[in-house]
Amino acid sequence: MTTAAVTGIGVVAPNGLGVADYWSAVLRGQPAIGPIPDSTYPVRFAGQVVGFEPDRHLPGRLVPQTDRMTQFAIAAADWAVQDAKLDLSGFDPLDVGVVTAGTSGGFSFGQRELANLCHRGPEHVSAYMSFAWFYAVNSGQISIRHDLRGPTGVLVADQAGGLDALAQARRKVRQGTRLVLTGGLDCPLCPYSLTAQLAGGRLSDRDDPATAYLPFDVRAGGHVPGEGGAILVLEDRAQAGARGAAVYGEIAGYGATTDPHPDSGRPPNLRRAIELALADAGLHPADVAVVFADAAAVPELDQAEARALAEVFGPHGVPVTAPKTAIGRIYAGGGPLDVVAALLALRERVIPPTVNVARRTVDRAVDLVEAPRPLTGSAALVLARGVGGFNSALVVSTRDIVDR
Amino acid sequence: MSRRVAITGIGVVAPGAVGTKQFWELLMAGRPVTRTITSFDPGRFRSQLAAECDFYPEQHGLSPEQCARLDRVTQFALVAAREAMLDSRIASTGEAAHRVGVSIGTAVGCTQQLEQQYRAVSDHHEHWWVDHSRASPFFYDYFVPSSIAAELAWLVGAEGPSTVVSTGCTSGIDAIGYGCELIREGSVDVVVAGGSDAPIAPITVACFDAIKATSSRNDDPETACRPFDRTRNGFVLGEGAAVLVLERLELARARGARIYGEVAGFASRSNGYHMTGLRADGREMAAAVTAALDEARLPATAVDYVNAHGTATKQNDRHETAALKHSLREHAYRVPVSSIKSMIGHSLGAIGAIEVATCALSLENGAVPPTANLHEPEPELDLDYVPLVAREMPVEVALTVGSGFGGFQSAMVLARDLGPLA
Repeated sequence: MTTAAVTGIGVVAPNGLGVADYWSAVLRGQPAIGPIPDSTYPVRFAGQVVGFEPDRHLPGRLVPQTDRMTQFAIAAADWAVQDAKLDLSGFDPLDVGVVTAGTSGGFSFGQRELANLCHRGPEHVSAYMSFAWFYAVNSGQISIRHDLRGPTGVLVADQAGGLDALAQARRKVRQGTRLVLTGGLDCPLCPYSLTAQLAGGRLSDRDDPATAYLPFDVRAGGHVPGEGGAILVLEDRAQAGARGAAVYGEIAGYGATTDPHPDSGRPPNLRRAIELALADAGLHPADVAVVFADAAAVPELDQAEARALAEVFGPHGVPVTAPKTAIGRIYAGGGPLDVVAALLALRERVIPPTVNVARRTVDRAVDLVEAPRPLTGSAALVLARGVGGFNSALVVSTRDIVDR
Repeated sequence: MSRRVAITGIGVVAPGAVGTKQFWELLMAGRPVTRTITSFDPGRFRSQLAAECDFYPEQHGLSPEQCARLDRVTQFALVAAREAMLDSRIASTGEAAHRVGVSIGTAVGCTQQLEQQYRAVSDHHEHWWVDHSRASPFFYDYFVPSSIAAELAWLVGAEGPSTVVSTGCTSGIDAIGYGCELIREGSVDVVVAGGSDAPIAPITVACFDAIKATSSRNDDPETACRPFDRTRNGFVLGEGAAVLVLERLELARARGARIYGEVAGFASRSNGYHMTGLRADGREMAAAVTAALDEARLPATAVDYVNAHGTATKQNDRHETAALKHSLREHAYRVPVSSIKSMIGHSLGAIGAIEVATCALSLENGAVPPTANLHEPEPELDLDYVPLVAREMPVEVALTVGSGFGGFQSAMVLARDLGPLA
């Protein structure tokens, strides 16, 4: 079967713009969680992107039509195309697709226009609103910017959706689409968006950035939100070889499940998502060099994740890391950013650390990586769970990949 | 990819008709249900029209708790899904739960609550730092529309892959297409798939006012939506849901299920052109149609009925007519093409699923719905648009197309029976 290879990466993250800066910060465990300016809410910190200049990173005419989330997406797609050394003019536009994930839409733009509607009147709503805040905007804008006319998609499954998008892109490559730009970006830090997350009850209200987001720690008390994400170029491995493109690795396996209703008495399904992904990749648990955890930092969710990992890999059976402790949970952007870190960890043969977590005990069976550790093997497992019971597991592999 | 996909259950919540039977009767009567908006005072808006559902959730089996907690879009989806499940007579999922998935399309998710929550937290003041303490405890579920997929999964007992597909106005077709892929690749045996949207709120109406996409024929609500007509002047906003039970054909046949037809082919493309504009030549929609027919292994001449996107905007109807001529060639002039949006409006992410349901009902009932309000086609729009009156005719193969903001173009082919399993 066709191998879906990653040949380009574009990153916009709180700890770095571009894949090189991001990876360097991830490996150092450099924290990038800081105070939310002017926030009087019981959420004090977020992973915020610094140094992103819309006027420099995208065409001026797109700036007033787009939410910050979409500005990130357009830049990340540009950088992914550059990173893949792609000349898209060599492709039939109908052979190139775009599949992204979103969770919220362009809601900072949306908050402004809702204010115009409610406080000034309907005639003050922007002509761009109809397509700036809906969930499909990033796929649309990326396809237009690069004249990509192939299969498209937009998936929403809360934090799990980012991995679902990569898996859908892989399906399209396997079905014969020559190239797919895929990933997810989110930017849920405007007051309206923070209010929604506060209502969801999973945000940390801590007043110290170093203890605000502590998954697998006894002190876990919710997460810090973040903004950003990644776009990846996915293509058939043979084609990548033919055009002389360097390959980061392949999307080797995927599994997705949904949890039953909490009151159903039935067991949750993260374990099965992991097993499906491994089977899809043709791998055994022992082949997995590292797990990038979902890391909810809600005690019962941490325990459930620890249990699923122990059931598949055995107690202390696999190194587990959560670099998102340095940048927060980024919803649709979180899974793709972890996939980028996993690919680079495999390439550089080093596991990046989980930061801040020190008094971990929710489950001692978890072998949490707290300082960079040498990596052996060629496959990594990335997990993401979404509110509502969505479980996604993705395996990336560097089997038979020549060093870049 | 050899597994085939059967449609074994249908549920519809549409303007003028809650329930599949009532919906089909409405279509056959050719009766538009567009009207002046009643759910809020539309006096300040350019377009004051919509096709609204007369929907009383408690009468359709939702609990008081669900009525209070869930946005209208989720209520539509649940009511349609329940009807589809009953219609399919599929056994309760039980131990097979992990072989059941959910794929639900929505363009704008919980818009009504998103607006309502803004009003609550802003409390009549234009502060950027809104008062978070005034928000509903369910605001997060409104914020991220995958809550709709979660509610459906719980309703039907699905523990396989579940997701929301949100590709604007092609969401409904695309969600059903995604569900088919899950069955074809073997991930699941059953997918509850469809689309739902409840966009009739001031923010949505204001958005479409701002770009003059909707009809302003406020003095004549019933005939406001006139697809392909010389006098058409925009679409009319709608709302509703359709949910299908998709099932691996082999299993559906083995259990003796009533099979409306098979989803024979699906494809989506983009125009790479403009967020709201369309190229006149319709090449990308044509490419989607051709790819869907190729997947179905059917020639263009096999298509007996085309359910059009037919929004009644100037550019859509030209774009679509060109796309059908490119993809179906001479056959485009022979095949009946109709737009049900003339009657029930454009319900964004729901309508694609409602139109797939319409195609399935056409296969089942041997009839095609008309394009209402079409008295004088624009001269260059020269296909058979089935004006005014439904047509009884055998339908073996039906094609539906969709087009939406973001440049998305989708096509799906249904077939009554593609023959014995290989």
